Amino acid sequence: MAAVLESLLREEVSVAAAVRWIARSTQSSEDSPGEAAVLNSLRPLRKEFVPFLLNFLREQSSRVLPQGPPTPAKAPGASAALPGRPGGPPRGGRGPRSQLFPATETPSTAAEAPLTRRGGRRRGLGPARERGGRAPGVPEEGVVGDSLSWAGGRRLRGSGSPSSPSLTLSDPPNLSNLEEFPPVGSVPPGPAGTKPSRRINPTPVSEERSLSKPKICFTSPPISCVPSSQPSTLDTSPWGLGLPPGCRSLQEEREMLRKERSKQLQQSPTPACPTPELGSSLPSRTGSLTAEPADPSRVSSPQRLELVALVYSSCIAENLVPNLFLELFFVLQLLTARRMVAAKNSDLELSQGALDSLESPLFQSIHDCVFFAVQVLERQFQVLSSLDKGTLKLLAENERLLCFSPALQGRLRAAYEGSVAKVSLAMPPSAQAVSFQPETDNRANFSSDRAFHTFKKQRDVFYEVLREWEDRHEEPGWDFEKGLGSRIRAMMGQLSAACSHSHFVRLFQKQLLQMCQSPGGTGGTVLGEAPDVLSMLGADKLGRLRRLQERLLAPQSSGGPCPPPTFPGCQGFFRDFILSASSFQFNQHLMDSLSLKIRELNGLALPQHEPGDEDGESDVDWQGERRQFAVVLLSLRLLAKFLGFVAFLPYRGPEPPPTRELQDSILALRSQVPPVLDVRALLQQGLRARRAVLTVPWLVEFLSFADHIVPLLDYYRSIFTLLLHVHRSLVLSQDNEGEMCFLNKLLLLAVLGWLFQIPTVPEDLFFLEECQVDAFEVDIAASEHGLDSVPVVDQQLLYTCCPYIGELRKLLASWVSGSSGRSGGFVRKITPTTTTGLGAQPPQTSQGLQAQLAQAFFHNQPPSLRRTVEFVAERIGSNCVKHIKATLVADLVRQAESLLQEHRVTQGQEGGDPAQLLEILCSQLCPHGTQALTQGREFCQRKSPGAVRALLPEETPAAVLSSAENIAVGLATDKACAWLSANITALIRREVKAAVSRTLRAQGPEPAARGERRGCSRACEHHAPLPSHLISEIKDVLSLAAGPRDPDEGVSPEHLEQLLGQLGQTLRCRQFLCPPAEQHLAKCSVELASLLVADQIPVLGPPPQHRLERGQARRLLHMLLSLWKDDFQGPVPLQLLLSPRNVGLLADTRPREWDLLLFLLRELVEKGLMGRMEIEACLGSLHKAQWPGDFSEELATLFNLFLAEPHMPEPQRRACELVQPNRGTVLAQS
Amino acid sequence: MILTKAQYDEIAQCLVSVPPTRQSLRKLKQRFPSQSQATLLSIFSQEYQKHIKRTHAKHHTSEAIENYYQRYLNGVVKNGAAPVLLELANEVDYAPSLMARIILERFLQEHEETPPSKSVINSMLRDPSQIPDGVLANQVYQCIVNDCCYGPLVDCIKHAIGHEHEVLLRDLLLEKNLSFLDEDQLRAKGYDKTPDFILQVPVVMLCPLAVEGHIIHWIESKASFGDECSHHAYLHDQFWSYWNRFGPGLVIYWYGFIQELDCNRERGILLKACFPTDIVTLCHSTA
Repeated sequence: MAAVLESLLREEVSVAAAVRWIARSTQSSEDSPGEAAVLNSLRPLRKEFVPFLLNFLREQSSRVLPQGPPTPAKAPGASAALPGRPGGPPRGGRGPRSQLFPATETPSTAAEAPLTRRGGRRRGLGPARERGGRAPGVPEEGVVGDSLSWAGGRRLRGSGSPSSPSLTLSDPPNLSNLEEFPPVGSVPPGPAGTKPSRRINPTPVSEERSLSKPKICFTSPPISCVPSSQPSTLDTSPWGLGLPPGCRSLQEEREMLRKERSKQLQQSPTPACPTPELGSSLPSRTGSLTAEPADPSRVSSPQRLELVALVYSSCIAENLVPNLFLELFFVLQLLTARRMVAAKNSDLELSQGALDSLESPLFQSIHDCVFFAVQVLERQFQVLSSLDKGTLKLLAENERLLCFSPALQGRLRAAYEGSVAKVSLAMPPSAQAVSFQPETDNRANFSSDRAFHTFKKQRDVFYEVLREWEDRHEEPGWDFEKGLGSRIRAMMGQLSAACSHSHFVRLFQKQLLQMCQSPGGTGGTVLGEAPDVLSMLGADKLGRLRRLQERLLAPQSSGGPCPPPTFPGCQGFFRDFILSASSFQFNQHLMDSLSLKIRELNGLALPQHEPGDEDGESDVDWQGERRQFAVVLLSLRLLAKFLGFVAFLPYRGPEPPPTRELQDSILALRSQVPPVLDVRALLQQGLRARRAVLTVPWLVEFLSFADHIVPLLDYYRSIFTLLLHVHRSLVLSQDNEGEMCFLNKLLLLAVLGWLFQIPTVPEDLFFLEECQVDAFEVDIAASEHGLDSVPVVDQQLLYTCCPYIGELRKLLASWVSGSSGRSGGFVRKITPTTTTGLGAQPPQTSQGLQAQLAQAFFHNQPPSLRRTVEFVAERIGSNCVKHIKATLVADLVRQAESLLQEHRVTQGQEGGDPAQLLEILCSQLCPHGTQALTQGREFCQRKSPGAVRALLPEETPAAVLSSAENIAVGLATDKACAWLSANITALIRREVKAAVSRTLRAQGPEPAARGERRGCSRACEHHAPLPSHLISEIKDVLSLAAGPRDPDEGVSPEHLEQLLGQLGQTLRCRQFLCPPAEQHLAKCSVELASLLVADQIPVLGPPPQHRLERGQARRLLHMLLSLWKDDFQGPVPLQLLLSPRNVGLLADTRPREWDLLLFLLRELVEKGLMGRMEIEACLGSLHKAQWPGDFSEELATLFNLFLAEPHMPEPQRRACELVQPNRGTVLAQS
Repeated sequence: MILTKAQYDEIAQCLVSVPPTRQSLRKLKQRFPSQSQATLLSIFSQEYQKHIKRTHAKHHTSEAIENYYQRYLNGVVKNGAAPVLLELANEVDYAPSLMARIILERFLQEHEETPPSKSVINSMLRDPSQIPDGVLANQVYQCIVNDCCYGPLVDCIKHAIGHEHEVLLRDLLLEKNLSFLDEDQLRAKGYDKTPDFILQVPVVMLCPLAVEGHIIHWIESKASFGDECSHHAYLHDQFWSYWNRFGPGLVIYWYGFIQELDCNRERGILLKACFPTDIVTLCHSTA
């Protein structure tokens, strides 16, 4: 590889030819014969070039970038390790990657903290995977180094093996391993004979750079997580212990290391994994760092730098690098490098002679770095200019950039001034609940009452849990599983029926979309959320807790340019819910539901651009269309993320299988399992229909949760190959007519680049797959105008989908603020303006010529027309069904009710078996259902045209309008009739059944009959006393009468009269009266009458008068009689007047007085309130009770007296003569 | 009507171990003349119910029941006309109606072959004339009319009060031209949880001190005082359930509530003691 670069530097080969050579395997006619010869000779190395170049640049910059966020590059991977298997999946040869879900975390050595901490977050580390399947020549992918890559993305090459304390003396081991990094020209030992040399001139250890260890890690300077487990001597003499500077040759060092390494491979299965535990041992990185000034005139070898920059830029432009933004980040790091670590003398000496070779360091000073960076940036202007306004401003204001390239600075300034890409603030996220919709949520949608009520409770528990999470998840020490886990599982345990599961999943998914669709709902997207929460997932609870503690202790870090997939904000709730529920059924239903929704949204007919239509209306439409696209895209990404999460959950392990055999057997198993969703087909469709801009971003989210085995499966491997092909084809500089729009491309490049850095994606995939791409060529010519060529992506959406692009700005901002790159104080939350719900899914149009014509009709019309028509058709069709339900079906139900009444009349009250009854009714009524289609057609015909007319612009040409109306009518009719013909019979049955059971259940009088007498007169102003007040007042009187009472307690006759007057008012108003209240009032009034008859009401006043006067009593009884007769609408329990208890009240009074009772009985008969027979029966039954002897006699006399009276009311007899002639006579006659 | 926690506690403090009689209520009214009677009664009733819930179990041990029954029997043998049962209830600090139920149940167990069903007992309590023993009937009746916290009459009064306030609220909604679905309509449509009213078009309630108003989708009428205990139960069983389905809404505690409980406004549950006056409705543009 170095040879290629050297050829370039010696100008044997032109840059253009070299890039052509790298990008395409075949030779181009443009190449000169000389170039061709040189390149041909290097052919076997072609694929290795880019990884080499990236590694080379990282290594070269190692002295410049001792701090700052990491810029990992993609490792060349195991391609060299498996030379015999071109194109095959590299099995078992991959280095240990950082894990999504590490199960365990190996204890760490405190001394290593400074190194690993560098990259920010750190993942749990698996044991070194040096065992099976690894050829000796495989580049070491350091356990430790990779552990960091979670935080910082990938590095070209993890550094070093887990080293024992005896390695203390050495530099980062990886550099010193001759097998891995042989010097140029040396024959690599081991079987990997074709392995190209990776390193040309490793810089030896320098004891002078004790300030920060990271500086000596050449492979990826910024991460600088040297894996060597430094012993405690680190602090005193970390580097040069026993090794005088320069006194040993590099060869010696390397030899020693190699021995050490092989020894370790044999003996230690559990290498010491460095874990950054103690922040205190972290060398102060930022304290003394002041930026060195950069001077263009002091650049050491501008030509050489320019050449390398050119090659590098070309590789970026051709998408030969895995991650565009990672490279930009790296370049910006170079631009903002603060100072260079002093090089060793030997380096300098070396560099004197051979400036044209790679023997001398590329970057010899800050000036070189800045020069190089500016050179690259100049060639990436197009990408830079589409960054957000804030980044542009920072770039334009960068003094180094101004100093090195005033022209670029000018262009950037112009771009900044012209930029409208202000990422705006959006509506706050609404944490509203999913609303209850009777159509989908009422009893009819459940198999049983029990399921219905269970789900009712579940909905409430779900929100209760959600609210508690909202309140508490930010509290320190609060744990989801501990706080909510058991409640969630108890709730899930109740979901027995499959139907309940689907209901719950629907609720869950809707709530997910509602809360998380907008990034505003994701909470602190960049900074707020700890990025390594995922690491907790696979861990046992204890480990989880420990990690949580660590996280709380560790400084907050931003995600870096390649953050791992996370569940920021509210998404965390849903993830934790899934994990805590740990319900197989729930997961399955959720996957089903997510898949369905993804298919639905992915297939949504999104608007296509109308070129040439520049007027304002179109602009308004266009805004809406863009917004709709953004909503759909964000929803899809969210759903796909969760689908990936759940689908791969059972397979997720801390690390790839340890042995090749194990891996093979897992592969054999897994290859039989069909994919949860046929994403490959969807991807192919998307590419064919030129909708990659919609499909790829969600697919990336889905794949980001894949486990280690997934990329090795043929099915998914082919998807990755396709994606690589897409990635390569997205050349930003090409802007042909009909091609994908620039920002669309940029979005895809960003998400794909991010995906390629996910640890579970094999490192070598990117560089390996090239040869296979052709096999998957997709015919994208099939569709001329796809979504891809419509500028649907704007900066807002780009930053929303890829918040890590914002890292560029943070880096620049940290340069301005003078802090180190990690400060992360510039995090800005990007929220979109789109939180509106999705439009209705367009209905499937019927097939055939008419459908084709309709399609054709829409083709040349504005897309809003199509949307309008589809919308109208959808709504009218739906309304039609509702209308039929409310009219035709309701009529039939009424018929059913009257038929049922008839039936009861003829068959008697019992009727017969309800099921049989239902059958009879249905057989009579269901045939009427056929009318539904006719009525439905009429309805659509009548309603659709008006709606279309109202929604389309006034100026729509008449012909267009009428066509649109007709199509709308047709579509609406199709929809309505399809539904009706399939469901009308079932619907009638269901409604009739409900009506029958309702009627049968209602034993009492017909509601209609009861309601007849309700309501007060129109003039009533509802000022009558409230029933509750009256019951309460009467109750007080009753309690006074029943005693015990204080001597001064009693009621005045006026009060009683007033009370009865009020009762009359209330009964006549009825506004506030409910049946139970009326019943009680009736009962109380009867009690009151009994007390009056028995003279038991304590009257206020001087002692002799403690009784009510006869006349007053009689007047009150008259009032009561009139209330009973005229005002009570419900039944009055008058027979209670003759209940033993009430009659017994008379027994207590001395002397006993019967005249009022007899008076009352007569009046009751006279007013028709009670029949004589009824009264006689009551009196008869009174005899059965136990009475005192004299009372029984009197009672018998009363009975006889009443019986003896003529049936005619007149003339009245003097009943009172019976006992109390003197007093009774007077009263009876009054 | 809206009381601070401290004000409420002061009232509640006076209600410890006060029997639920006419006389007690009269004294309470004299003690807090500035408070509305309905509010006082509601608080009294709730406090008493809490007290009964706490002590319920100890009155239902078989020893206790036997003891009460014997005391009742002894009492009525001495004088059947004396308020034996009522005094027994007051003496052991238990609700007279509930004491009546205990004794009635015990009595029926002794006199009937089959143990009495709940519905028979309820029916006898509603209409004591059905009680086969005349003395017991009078005793039970006396307990029921003298109990102002429990018993069929009190239940009916409470029910009536609730109904009346719903009607009142409905009238106010009609008056303000706010269209709504009431409980019955919601039930007919198959809603699983039904607030008193769901507004078909939400309104915004403005608050004097807040810049933004509160959206109201539903209104629940509560003809009682909102104390901590009942409010939390309502939150759990009703208000949050409504929120979970229909979004933010309004609860009217017609007899007031503890001010501190109105803490879920931002979350979407708003408390008021009357119908809000500052309501903004959606404007229909006439253009």
